[in-house]
Amino acid sequence: MDFHVPTSWDQALAVKAGHPDAVPVAGGTDVMVELNFDRRRPPALLDLTRVPELAAVDRVDGRIRLGAGVPYTRMITELGAELPGLAMAARTVGSPQIRNRGTAGGNLGSASPAGDCHPPLLASGAEVEIASVRGVRRVPVAEFFTGPKRSVLEPDELIAAVHVAPATGPQQFAKIGPRNAMVIAVTAFALALHPERGRVGTGIGSAAPTPRRALDAEDFLSGELSAAGLWESRAPLPESLVTEFGNRVRAAASPIDDVRGSADYRRHVLAVLARRTLTWAWEAHRSTEKRAA
Amino acid sequence: MRIELTVNGTSRDADDVWPGESLLYLLRERLGLPGSKNACEQGECGSCTVYLDGTPVCSCLVAAGQAAGREVTTVEGIGSGAGEDRELDPVQRAFVENGAVQCGFCTPGLIVSTHDLLERNPRPTDPEIREALAGNLCRCTGYEKILDAVRSAGEARLDTVRSTSAERTGGSR
Repeated sequence: MDFHVPTSWDQALAVKAGHPDAVPVAGGTDVMVELNFDRRRPPALLDLTRVPELAAVDRVDGRIRLGAGVPYTRMITELGAELPGLAMAARTVGSPQIRNRGTAGGNLGSASPAGDCHPPLLASGAEVEIASVRGVRRVPVAEFFTGPKRSVLEPDELIAAVHVAPATGPQQFAKIGPRNAMVIAVTAFALALHPERGRVGTGIGSAAPTPRRALDAEDFLSGELSAAGLWESRAPLPESLVTEFGNRVRAAASPIDDVRGSADYRRHVLAVLARRTLTWAWEAHRSTEKRAA
Repeated sequence: MRIELTVNGTSRDADDVWPGESLLYLLRERLGLPGSKNACEQGECGSCTVYLDGTPVCSCLVAAGQAAGREVTTVEGIGSGAGEDRELDPVQRAFVENGAVQCGFCTPGLIVSTHDLLERNPRPTDPEIREALAGNLCRCTGYEKILDAVRSAGEARLDTVRSTSAERTGGSR
């Protein structure tokens, strides 16, 4: 097995172009498990931990450009105010040791339906920056996943960064698991309120072949909030609205039965998580007004 | 491949390392440092926790090649002095004194995680301790003695810091 150690982004792309079957490794929290258990014997590893460009957090065109190699710990400590949904999700990943190593790039690259980064990135309309020696392209997170553990990444491409708009309203993330640490989500849900454009963003985890948005639920809730003038009045949400939102989020899922939970349970949980996160986020939206007044 | 790195302050090297092997394997099987324990090999149990460039990580999830040129501190490197003059770190002493060492398998990882917690936060609350140690599993029994050890290690550490600064300012009065 070869071990490639590029020390710049250009070098990393050149290695990937020359060795498309080299497996990128950053935090190692997925790749090393497969190697340790003999599940995978790639011809080469491409170590990305010495590429300084990947560890950067920049501001580009009013958006945050989160380097693919930034570990979860830094999302929590550096980006909690601007990307609260992502920071909340990062806090639920594994354990401190895992959060010190695991990266958004690795999470996206593995493309697990259960990846904790994915729901908040979907809810906030993030884009994945993908690069190869052929050039750079940007793909909305909602179009990045093509199936369980499959994505639009070509063999010569690497994930460079994620572009996310800083929050303009409250964001929430909730995840169901048997305990508070070291669990893969049985089901997860992220919600982002975008009051400036009267929209609601959603992201579903672990309840479909890929992470996905609940588009119909987003349209429904955004429409109702605008029609009733609730964004401005910040009145309490009618119970029926919250319930219907939960039902439409549930309808957007297509979960499977597996060792972690049944499909029925996942559907049920998703409606509950959707109602809860909406209630929490709306309370936060209302209290920002109280403080401003 | 040949790997050179610094382990517990000493330059070490190993030849014929398979690039896909873990830092844990390198430490235990090639460098003769069995302190870090090999249990789950998937980052679930924390018994292989070491500092990598000052950050606690599961050494089973670091490819040996990724550790080349880096600084690693294992449980063997926590504490001060060497040989006869070797002194336990307050964290290690607190684990022994509070009976937080049972079968001992999870202890090295817990020592490193606790050491890191107290470096960052000398006076952690119980929820903070629980969150910081959430990646270290003990299968002997409950975690009460471990929590006691962390609390008393925090106190002992603060006492050491206080007496050191008192000495520096010319005694306690």
